Amino acid sequence: MIRVVLPAHLRTLAKVTDEVTVDVDRHATIGSVLDALELRYPVLRGTIRDHVTRQRRPFVRFFACEEDLSHDPPDTPLPEAVVTGAEPFLVVGAMAGG
Amino acid sequence: MSGVRVLVGTRKGAFILTSDAKRQQWDVAGPHFGGWEIYHMKGSPADSNRLYASQSTGWFGQLIQRSDDGGTTWEAVGKTFAYEGPTGTHQWYDGTPHPWEFKRVWHLEPSLTDPDTVYAGVEDAALFRTTDGGQTWHELAGLRRHESGSAWAPGAGGLCLHTIVLDPTNADRIFVAISAAGAFRSDDGGQSWRPINRGLRSEGIPNPTAEVGHCVHRIARHPSRPDVFFMQKHWDVMRSDDGGESWREVSGNLPTDFGFVIDVHAHEPETIYVVPIKSDSEHYPPDGKLRVYRSRTGGQEWEALTSGLPQRDCYVNVLRDAMSVDTLDPCGVYFGTTGGQVYASADAGDTWTPIVRDLPPVVSVEVQTLS
Repeated sequence: MIRVVLPAHLRTLAKVTDEVTVDVDRHATIGSVLDALELRYPVLRGTIRDHVTRQRRPFVRFFACEEDLSHDPPDTPLPEAVVTGAEPFLVVGAMAGG
Repeated sequence: MSGVRVLVGTRKGAFILTSDAKRQQWDVAGPHFGGWEIYHMKGSPADSNRLYASQSTGWFGQLIQRSDDGGTTWEAVGKTFAYEGPTGTHQWYDGTPHPWEFKRVWHLEPSLTDPDTVYAGVEDAALFRTTDGGQTWHELAGLRRHESGSAWAPGAGGLCLHTIVLDPTNADRIFVAISAAGAFRSDDGGQSWRPINRGLRSEGIPNPTAEVGHCVHRIARHPSRPDVFFMQKHWDVMRSDDGGESWREVSGNLPTDFGFVIDVHAHEPETIYVVPIKSDSEHYPPDGKLRVYRSRTGGQEWEALTSGLPQRDCYVNVLRDAMSVDTLDPCGVYFGTTGGQVYASADAGDTWTPIVRDLPPVVSVEVQTLS
């Protein structure tokens, strides 16, 4: 079970108030966590990754264990602490815009 | 009891303003979708409780919201706008080919007869349609594939399809406008298209009278005159009496013929409204005076409407989708500004009152007349 922390606007869209959890296998990757997240909350499809290209939106970042995973390929395994649920996977709205 | 519902899209959320038919006392609801840009929000002519809203941000992309209860509650519906087939290229600012890329929905135009059918004008310019209440969207690709498409170039606001006009007498006839390609018409329900820009003259393009390349800002029409159109072009206010086949300038005595909005009185097809803006680099009214200009002669002869509007130190803009009219008698006229004001006139423009003064910058204003 992987804990995912969403930015406030996406929590509103998903109608959740706190961090969410998704189930993936032991070989959890950035891509598989996002797949599971979108499966559980279809309204989030297209908000984190582009519908068509599946690329991360430019102003969305992925953090975990105090590391920036935003530029890692989707098949990058997540840190063990995220896989065990000790640490959350953070989807972050970048500090940008006005 | 009759009344009006004013749907206001802003840079940071949606607001719904309601009043009875007197249009003096207003209730303000919102923000809905706080923090998100609401480029456009419009109700179905066939079901006044059915509303659609285009919601987007640079962070999380495009969403479409639908309400079935007049805007009290909303449901996020389909938001996949995938171009049909090979996307091809249009012209980029530097003249190079640039792939079509979906950016946002600028305008939602519900069908005149079916609450579940809506047309969406998007950036990069294309026309989409849903027939299932917004769950799925399909491109009417004949427009983007028009032989001139590869030469279309974005205006300063992007290559956006921002105006969609449906014909109350002919369901197969659709008009759209694109910045900066011009106006197009379909006579077969959106399958095929042709430019309708004869008579337009734009000094900022290599051939001022080219078939495409004009920065049309807005087109309006009275429902009782399906072949009579009024256009606010980048510069010039234009008129067509033949369904867009030809246009003539009707700027007349306007202080400047640059602007964005144009609309038609609900009961007087020859009474039209514009808000002159000083220039394309100075997006504010001339002389710091916010003035709506009304022509009762279908153009050429214009009168300034100033009562209740700021006549000094006013430097706001009124964007292309930010004016609308109701169908009460007398006709109500409404517009929103980039300064966050929404002004209403319950007497066809003679006098104006701000409904709200301090919203985020207003992008769109649509009015529903409720019975």
